[in-house]
Amino acid sequence: MSEGYSFAYLDAATKRMIRRALLKALAVPGYQVPFASREMPMPYGWGTGGVQVTAACLIPEDVLKVIDQGADDTTNAVSIRRFFERTAGVATTTRTTEASVIQTRHRIPEAALTERQILVYQVPIPEPLRFLEPREAETRRMHALADYGLMHVKLYEDIARHGAIATSYAYPVLVEGRYVMDPSPIPKFDNPKLSGCPAIQLFGAGREARIHALPPYTRVVSLDFEDHPFVPSKADAACDLCGAEASYLDEVITDDAGGRMFCCSDTDFCAGRCAAGHAGRLSEGRA
Amino acid sequence: MYVATKGGERAIDAAHAWLAEERRGDPSVPELSVAQIAQQLTLAVNRVMAEGSLYDPDLAALAIKQARGDLIEAVFLIRAYRTTLPRFGASLPVETEAMQITRRISATFKDVPGGQVLGPTFDYTHRLLDFALAAEGAPPPAARVPADAAPAPHVLGLLDRDGLMEPLTAGPETPPDLTREPLELPAARATRLQALARADEGFVLGLAYSTQRGYGRTHAFVGELRIGLCAVEMEIPELGFVLEIGEVELTECETVNQFTGSKTEPPQFTRGYGLVFGQSERKAISMSLVDRALRWEELGEDATGAPAQDAEFVLSHCDNIQATGFLEHIKLPHYVDFQSELELIRRLRRDTEGEPQ
Repeated sequence: MSEGYSFAYLDAATKRMIRRALLKALAVPGYQVPFASREMPMPYGWGTGGVQVTAACLIPEDVLKVIDQGADDTTNAVSIRRFFERTAGVATTTRTTEASVIQTRHRIPEAALTERQILVYQVPIPEPLRFLEPREAETRRMHALADYGLMHVKLYEDIARHGAIATSYAYPVLVEGRYVMDPSPIPKFDNPKLSGCPAIQLFGAGREARIHALPPYTRVVSLDFEDHPFVPSKADAACDLCGAEASYLDEVITDDAGGRMFCCSDTDFCAGRCAAGHAGRLSEGRA
Repeated sequence: MYVATKGGERAIDAAHAWLAEERRGDPSVPELSVAQIAQQLTLAVNRVMAEGSLYDPDLAALAIKQARGDLIEAVFLIRAYRTTLPRFGASLPVETEAMQITRRISATFKDVPGGQVLGPTFDYTHRLLDFALAAEGAPPPAARVPADAAPAPHVLGLLDRDGLMEPLTAGPETPPDLTREPLELPAARATRLQALARADEGFVLGLAYSTQRGYGRTHAFVGELRIGLCAVEMEIPELGFVLEIGEVELTECETVNQFTGSKTEPPQFTRGYGLVFGQSERKAISMSLVDRALRWEELGEDATGAPAQDAEFVLSHCDNIQATGFLEHIKLPHYVDFQSELELIRRLRRDTEGEPQ
């Protein structure tokens, strides 16, 4: 553990300030709580919100998992995991089932989460209405009045123009029938996992200084229309490594002649299946 | 088997080692010392202190060395260090009127009480490369005269006595601190000034320039620009008296701006204010122009839609650490979101064109 810094880097007063924001966010699911985001030793936009939320939640007994794009070994996940290994000295893991706190960017793990777990999302722009209305003063008013007509018009215009809702990630959701929330840039494939989740879900946006949250078993509905229902989607293929057909897939270009393969974006899920004997098109001994 | 994500840990270690080598450069060339940077690149040090919001020339010099001269990266290092420092208390407001002046000019009066002091400025140098600097050698000594003991009152204060300046209104007893409280909009002037003092020099310069070219024009005169050392004093409750704990170099700019008056107010001049750590006069002047432009509402002016009048736009985008972090984060992997976009665009194309696939 690093000398001269508090456990998990942040000082006690800062953690208390963040915990108060977290409690408020949990009490008002989907509402964006302003908090006095600190300057962290990693750049804004690289997970400073998630890192502050994780730091405020961690206790020495925690087991931490950090993923980016579903993978434990992407560079920024490695960097953030090392940060907490160094500043908090907590145990880390790549196994979803073993982790008590999971910090994620852009994915929800495939394995079902439990009541013993906290999922911390890194959030770039917490405001679902931001690209429809750039002004914060205005969007806060719209949330206060539950004035979401602009969002429905946007979704309707998508259908009129493209025949479908042309949002594939950061797909807006309605939380407990009250606040429209941005679930962070997870693929809409992951949206159904937001609802009724036994784990606590916390969303930290450092640069924008906002925290929002979903307490366990919160009802979360992806916005849609009766005649254009929400459809979670993924690549129409199976994982070439483990054969999984229902996991979210990354597409990897393998040559310059149109060759490609698919593999699970959740590396722990994929490795677990491979270890259990599942095989895909390109597994060792098959290809 | 190609999987793009493997080897992240090894790659990071190797990248850091390579970076350290590149920072040092050719080892046969003597290494820069932190003291050399602090003494000879003082304006870079000043900028890092101003935008890093931490007055410590040695740390700023270290940050510049560590950042390989990338000043925004150096500001970032200082900010990340600063955020961990405990707060012992707040100083009393610094008395810029009592500044030990190294430079002080007024563009509105030919002479002013306390005099015009040109000081160490580039202003009237001819921008010709000085090849003598490529060789080493001491500069000839500058002429010296004893400091003028006469007080140098604020120039705007002199106009104020005649009622020609808008009166100063007292702000809150303790101004809010952006680094400890989230920015709330609309923001009061004290918050705006704090944001501008920490803001990216280039961004504030661009905005200030835009007001001069007509986007939220306020027609500013530099009433006074002063640079020098100011005492920092603190009241120590245990001792029951005020103690000087150090001094900081500051640049202060006050502009005099036109104001035609309104139904309730007779015509009088209005103010723009800039205050920056170190000798940072481009920044201080820019700040005072943008401050004045942002005051359109309280002065009953019309919103023209100019960027420099738009407080939410200015305050949300002036911080270079926020800006560069978010800008550069698009280097991070986005293949999950991109994958979902790929699927969407393929499906939409299939639906509309019957794309062969």
